[in-house]
Amino acid sequence: MSRSRKLLITDRLMRLLLMGAASTSVLVVCLIFLFLFKEAGPFVFKPGLAKLMDSQWIPVSFQQERFGVGPLLSGSALVTALAMLVTVPVSVLTAIYIAEIARPGEREFLKPFIEILASIPSVVLGFFGLLVMAPLIKAAFGLSTGLTALTGALLLSLMAIPTIISLSEDALVSVPYALKNASLALGASHLQTIFRVTLPAALPGIVAAVMLGIGRVIGETMAVLMVTGNAAILTASPLSSVRTMTATIAAEMGEVPFGSIHYQALFWIGIILLVITFALNIVAQRVLNKYGMMK
Amino acid sequence: MNNNTADKFILLSLRLVTYAIVLVVGYILFDIIRNGFSALNWQFVSSFPRRSGAAGGIFPAIVGTFYLVVGTIAVSLPLGIGGAIYLAEYAEQNRFNSLIRLAIITLAGVPSIVFGLFGLGIFVLFFGFGPSILAGSLTLACMVLPTIIVASEESLRAVPKGFRDASLALGATKWEMIRTNILPYSLSGMITGAILGIGRAAGETAPILLTVAAFYLPRLPKSVFDQVMALPYHLYILATQHPEAERIRHMQYGTALILLLLVLGLSLGAILLRTHSRKKFRW
Amino acid sequence: MVEQSIYPENQEMVITTSQVNFFYGQTQALFGISLLIPAKHVTALIGPSGCGKSTFLRCLNRMNDTIPHSRVEGEIFINAKDIYAPGTDVVELRKEVGMVFQKSNPFPKSIFDNVAYGPRIHGEKNPKRLAEIVEQSLQQAAIWDEVKDRLHANAMGLSGGQQQRLCIARALAVGPKILLMDEPASALDPKATTRIEDLIGELRINYTIVIVTHNMQQAARVSDYTAFFYEGQLIECDKTPKIFTNPRQKQTEDYITGRFG
Repeated sequence: MSRSRKLLITDRLMRLLLMGAASTSVLVVCLIFLFLFKEAGPFVFKPGLAKLMDSQWIPVSFQQERFGVGPLLSGSALVTALAMLVTVPVSVLTAIYIAEIARPGEREFLKPFIEILASIPSVVLGFFGLLVMAPLIKAAFGLSTGLTALTGALLLSLMAIPTIISLSEDALVSVPYALKNASLALGASHLQTIFRVTLPAALPGIVAAVMLGIGRVIGETMAVLMVTGNAAILTASPLSSVRTMTATIAAEMGEVPFGSIHYQALFWIGIILLVITFALNIVAQRVLNKYGMMK
Repeated sequence: MNNNTADKFILLSLRLVTYAIVLVVGYILFDIIRNGFSALNWQFVSSFPRRSGAAGGIFPAIVGTFYLVVGTIAVSLPLGIGGAIYLAEYAEQNRFNSLIRLAIITLAGVPSIVFGLFGLGIFVLFFGFGPSILAGSLTLACMVLPTIIVASEESLRAVPKGFRDASLALGATKWEMIRTNILPYSLSGMITGAILGIGRAAGETAPILLTVAAFYLPRLPKSVFDQVMALPYHLYILATQHPEAERIRHMQYGTALILLLLVLGLSLGAILLRTHSRKKFRW
Repeated sequence: MVEQSIYPENQEMVITTSQVNFFYGQTQALFGISLLIPAKHVTALIGPSGCGKSTFLRCLNRMNDTIPHSRVEGEIFINAKDIYAPGTDVVELRKEVGMVFQKSNPFPKSIFDNVAYGPRIHGEKNPKRLAEIVEQSLQQAAIWDEVKDRLHANAMGLSGGQQQRLCIARALAVGPKILLMDEPASALDPKATTRIEDLIGELRINYTIVIVTHNMQQAARVSDYTAFFYEGQLIECDKTPKIFTNPRQKQTEDYITGRFG
């Protein structure tokens, strides 16, 4: 029976190996948290976490260094909010068109464009934004520079749109035929059915999609680094230059002395980013699970 | 009728919004191709940069991106496929496995710059690899892992349940069944996932910013502990920090175009593979 | 609850089950099943949906092992060996006890490779031997003449009935003595169904067959003995003609005459 013995051992071994492979995801997540906190840690004692709540971010200064993440949070928030203002209507309306109205041939034509948009590397989009969009914004609003929160927001919406479109499309398509048919049988037009029955039914899926889109936008680095200007200030004006959390890390990490307070502060920004995107992800999953998106 | 005009208006708006996106995407491609095309020649892709990147070619950046991609796939593909097989074929509904799924979803949402910080902290500093192909590939592998797992698991689940039953009933052990009767049919889906992962790894800048990328290295790397140039990072520096940035637009566009062609080519490859394999295995 | 007396005196029993209980997690699906399966005869398991007949069938080759949180109590002896004893080689068991499923599931390989899959898994590498086994199995499944010229064509191109006969050939190729069939013809048209039933008639000369069917007329046509299951219990088992003309239990009679199920 040695063949059977060998088989049994192979089987057990493979199960262990495969389980190990699957566990690496858990390992990596734990390590990410671990190492981020490890590098950021000392800041808690000197100069203390309260410093992060300062109102200014001036990490390099002859006088008093300030490590307030406020301006950076506000920069991220402003850019994200503006981006969502554009993205959500555009994505949802496009998803409706693709899922409910476009003819099959049209769909085959449209979907590749969305996929292409999704594949364009962020640095290439940032480059495009720098050379084409920034001058446009500058001219359109008569500014001294086109590197503004608005420019960044527009680029970010280009990046979030494919994500939200595809998830919203899934949500719309999953709405059971029975609902749509019931509405039509009552005499509602196709469009009425879409806006009064299908869209509301797909809302949980769309909300989840938007949350994932927000997560994507908050976490984006290169595009905003290249086009939002470089001003770490607290502002609500879309036409002013801002600094996002992600851009700050990318821009300053290269020149910061390892282990310095500035270095640690940057890692704290990373932790904040991690926590925000993690929370968004969890809530999005909850929404999807609770309202049962049929996949 | 009021209803009819309102309907027509809505329809028109929907169409407009949708095709606006098409136009924008088209314009972006057009702009980059038009401006980058002139820079594309054999010199550009095969020679080394001169004058700090203001002249010459981007050969080492192409090579660097290639090495990084190979390294990333070498690490993430086996782990990703292995993990997917476990989740699709072995895992029951228990707490540990829910944890694994949670971890995968979490990883998928981590911002790319945070991966960069992570890579810096663990591979560059803690393990002491220094900024290197090794550190960069490992970091990118962590980032790409969820993509590969999700795509692979999907392709495994697409194999009909009947195959499993029939195989086991004929006396195959579980691993034999997977190896002979499931993997062969899900392979192409896994490769599609791998290609998508490669595309992402090739185009990302933030993770490699802190773990491997160098701007002006006019020689090729000799070992995995060396730094390399990479296309996305090259474009970034060329466009934003180069002293002659205004005058070397053609270099920037050329780099952008190469990067774009690479990534889009991979996407196209993945799509073609998917359609081809759908035709091959009908069930 | 099955009396030995319904079988002739020297009848050899290939499968003996004694007080078998089956649980899906906390839910009990089989209650004290004690059934004998005679060698080289066809035994049909009938009963309404959900009565446990398929569950019982799958216990016989331990296919239920694949269901998480399932549990078997009682004893099942096949060829005088307790198949649930610890240390039982399940792989060997499945070589001796073959199974054909309700929905035919040929692998998307060639016809040849489908049939050769089992022998190859069990270590047969000799191409000549494999070719012999494949031909023999396809002959026994009464499909050889239809496919002998296209053994390397994809099995998915066959009709539903042909695919099912291919699956039977595939099961026979590993050399079992017992064949379990779970509603093998329920997805087929009448003509294909007849061919399967004729095939069963031929196979019983060499094989012990246990067939689950929801089609009573089919059970009456093909089987020697019939066991009636209801809500997880074995209500009655007897020679087929007797079950269908003069059953002992009222429940059996109600089912046979179509009062329920």
